[in-house]
This record gives sequence, C-alpha cells and structure tokens, in this order.
Amino acid sequence: MGRYLSTLRIFWIASLTAELEYKANFVIELVATAGNLVGSIFVLSLFYGRGQSLGGWSWEGALVVLGVYTLLEGVTSTLLQPNLSTIVAHVRTGSLDFVLLKPIDSQFWLSARTFSPWGLPGIALGAGLIGYAAWKAGATPSPLTLLAAALMLVASLLILYSLWFVLAASSIWFVKIWNATEVLRSVLVAGRFPVSAFPAGLRAFFTFVVPVAFLTTVPAEAILGRASGPWLLAGGVVAAGSLALSRWFWQFALRFYTSASS
Amino acid sequence: MRPPLAQRLAHARRLAAVLLSSQYAYMLEYRAEIVLWALSGVLPFIMLGLWSAVDAGGGLGMSSLQLARYFLAAFVVRQFTIVWVMYTFEEDNLTGRLSPYLLQPLPLVWRYVAAHLSEQATRLPFVALLVGLFFLLYPAAFWWPSLSSLLLAMLATLAAFALRFLMQFTLTMVCFWSEKASALERLLYLPYLYLSGLVAPLALYPEAVRNFAFWTPFPYMVDVPARILAGEPVAVGQSFAAMAAWAALLLPINLLLWRRGLRHYSAMGA
Repeated sequence: MGRYLSTLRIFWIASLTAELEYKANFVIELVATAGNLVGSIFVLSLFYGRGQSLGGWSWEGALVVLGVYTLLEGVTSTLLQPNLSTIVAHVRTGSLDFVLLKPIDSQFWLSARTFSPWGLPGIALGAGLIGYAAWKAGATPSPLTLLAAALMLVASLLILYSLWFVLAASSIWFVKIWNATEVLRSVLVAGRFPVSAFPAGLRAFFTFVVPVAFLTTVPAEAILGRASGPWLLAGGVVAAGSLALSRWFWQFALRFYTSASS
Repeated sequence: MRPPLAQRLAHARRLAAVLLSSQYAYMLEYRAEIVLWALSGVLPFIMLGLWSAVDAGGGLGMSSLQLARYFLAAFVVRQFTIVWVMYTFEEDNLTGRLSPYLLQPLPLVWRYVAAHLSEQATRLPFVALLVGLFFLLYPAAFWWPSLSSLLLAMLATLAAFALRFLMQFTLTMVCFWSEKASALERLLYLPYLYLSGLVAPLALYPEAVRNFAFWTPFPYMVDVPARILAGEPVAVGQSFAAMAAWAALLLPINLLLWRRGLRHYSAMGA
C-alpha cells in the first residue's frame, strides 16, 4: 500500500510539472468551467423561473445536484479522462506490453498514471456550490449526515470510474472505442438534474441502465440529510458491484490482448 | 493568362468530385466511429424529457407535441452542423502533415469542407434510423414538413453549417501561433451551447435574454433551422440576412488571419 502511495506521488508531481508548462490553459479552463456553471444555473432558472419545479426538488436542492455534477466533471478531467484516454493508444501501438511488465498492478497504473490540474477549478466550484446550496436549503451538518454524504460521494466516484474504465478497457477488442466515452459523457449530462425530473421511462433508464441517479441525485439527497436507508444501501452495493465488475472486466479483457506486433 | 471560365468551372467540378468521393470513402472506413459521434448528440432528447415532464402542468406556451418536434428537429440540425475543423487542423499542424497539404495547388480549406460534408453524408442513414425510432416510440409526434419548409430548412441548416464552420475556422487560425489552441474552442462552445437553442427553444427564454441572443450568431445555428423544420413561424428573411451579415463580418478576419498565419508558419517537426 505504501509503495502505491509513494508511486502515486511521483507520478502526479511529474505530470503536474509537465502540465504547468501551459499556464494559459488554467485561465481558459477556469473561465470555461465557471461559464458552464453559469449556463447550467441559467437552464435551471428556466424551469424554476416559471414557478415550476423539477421532480419536486426545491431550487436549492437542484443546485446541490448541479454542484455534485460539477464536482464529478472536475474529477473526470483531472483523473479519468487524462488517464483512461491513453489505453487506446497503448493498445494500438503495443506499448501496453510495457505496462503489463511493470511490477505494479496494471489497472492502477493505467488509472492513476497522470494527473491534470485543469479539472481542479471544477472540483473547487462544485464543492463551493454544494456547500452554499446545502446551507441555503437549511441542511444541518450533523455527523451522521456528513458520514452518509461522504459515503455516497465516494460511491458515486467509484461508479463513475468503473463506467469509464470498462468502456476504455473495451478498446482491447475495438481499437476505435474512444468515442464511446463521448457518448457516455453526453448521457451523463442528465446528471445535472434530479433524476425524478424525468418521465418514468427515462428515470428507469437513468437508474438501472446508466446509473446516473447514483452519481448525482443520491449523493445530493444524502448531503441534504434526506437519505433513506434503502437508497444508501443501494448506492453502496452498486458502487462495490461496479468496482468489482471493472476489476473482473480488466482481467477478462487482458486474456484477449495479443499485442500489436503481427 | 487565365483559362476561360468554362474550363475553370469544369476543373473545379472535377476537383470537387474527386475530393468528395475520396473523403467519403475515407469516412466510410470510420463509420462505426461516426455512429458513436452521432449518438453523442443526445442532448436534445434529454432536454425533451425534462421539458415534457415539466409541461405536464401546462403553461409553457408550447404544447408537448410542439416540444417533441422542436427537439427532434434540433437534434437533426445539430447532426448536420457539427464542426470539428479545429481539432483536425491542430493535429495536422502538430504532426507536420500541414506542409504537404499546403504545397498542393488547392486552397486547404476545401479539403476540410469536403471532409465535413462527407462525414455528414456518412451520418445520414444513421440519423434517419434514429428519427424513425423516435417516431416509433412517440407516434403522436409524427409530422411531415411541407416541401417548401423542408427545402428551406435544408438551406438554413447548410447556412448554419457554413457560419459555424467559418467561425471555428477563424478561431483555428490561432493554431499558427499556439500549440494548444483547441482549448479556445471550449470557450466558443459555451455561448453556442446555451444560446443556440440546444437546451431549450429560445421561445421559452426570458424576453431580455432572447432579444440579446438574437444579436449573437448562435440562435441561427440551431433554433432557427429547427423551427423552420418543425413548422413553427420564423422570420425567414431576417434570419438569413443576419447569417449573411455575420459571415460578411467573419470572412475578412478569417482571410487576414490565414495570410498572417501562413507567413508565420514554420513547419512542425523534423
């Protein structure tokens, strides 16, 4: 475990040094993230401005959902996207051979090798929005609420990671799968809104097929102190299940990896 | 000593035919990838789900059928106005592929235009399939636009594509000076996303925001063609005039930056 942590530190310092070569990007990312947040709040206000609500959620509650979404987007561009997007190239060029030969778990190496600071504004803005909106909504930060919220956020991050990893790992078979993560991204946009705001069919889709509900709505419920036992349990089970699935899927996919040379 | 017009036209036609057919063959190779790109345009359907659930209470000023048709039309318009020239150009520039292209006796921009048009042709069957699926799931929303509005919508979509291409290609010129210029496209995408009508018909925006939006080029890229296609009332002449005005503003900037950029260009690599 200690070895993994110290490796992680070396990885991230190295990639941070490389990324900081492009400082202007930080300003662009900050403006883009903030602009995106303003746009999303504007879209929410289109619904609430005419006295309607989204699936019975208050304005502040919907903002918490949006905050969780912004946070997840930040994590995606800090860790998921920069790391998992390279699996395709490793498979195509055959450099996956070298990854597999390293004396470290290959899934860990592929998932944590680089760290891109450009998602940090998203994480900060998301956390800020969650805090502000939860306070406005009158949520009380009791130890139990904090614990449930932390657990559900971790569960949501694990689910998001597993979705990305399984799609990215499919590139062992289909080298051109990378676009599939764009499809995933575009479907996850639904997570900007409470899942109960969708019609029944879509709600079922976003709960059971692509678990968007567990990514943003369930953590937001927990943050607002409204989490119910069954949902917490379901969140934990889905997270553990999808992590185990990603682990199994990687082992399974590797059996079909035949390197790139002819 | 320029050859006569007829000869030049014939030459241009031959060039266009070769470019389009070779690019189309190339895009067909990547059809699986293009299907995935097409699928990633599901945003209008997600927003339709939200708006139709809200509309259950009524009072939007748009019936649920109008909403469904608008968002379907917005999906179709978006599919045929997607522009990615910045990313291709950036890659061509960074990998040094730009140099041989520049040596060819053909303005480079036509290669990219042909690639976009061919990609749209590759999308066409898949988009038709999705539209069919939509009507199968939601038969009440079925409509067939009149021939005149269909032609007008195609013209407006083509104009929207041209305007968006011109806009992105103008920004693309930054690639001559910077290695990570495509980050700028993220900034340009923001007003496009929120003002074009992809997330909601502009009719549902507060009046002040809507009036402001129509002073920008963005509503003409989705909202206007989509409303023509869905059979909603549109100020057609005014919209085409606005698109022409924006194009007239952008084109000289684009040409100026292109010339400046070429002078600054010093092939990457080697």
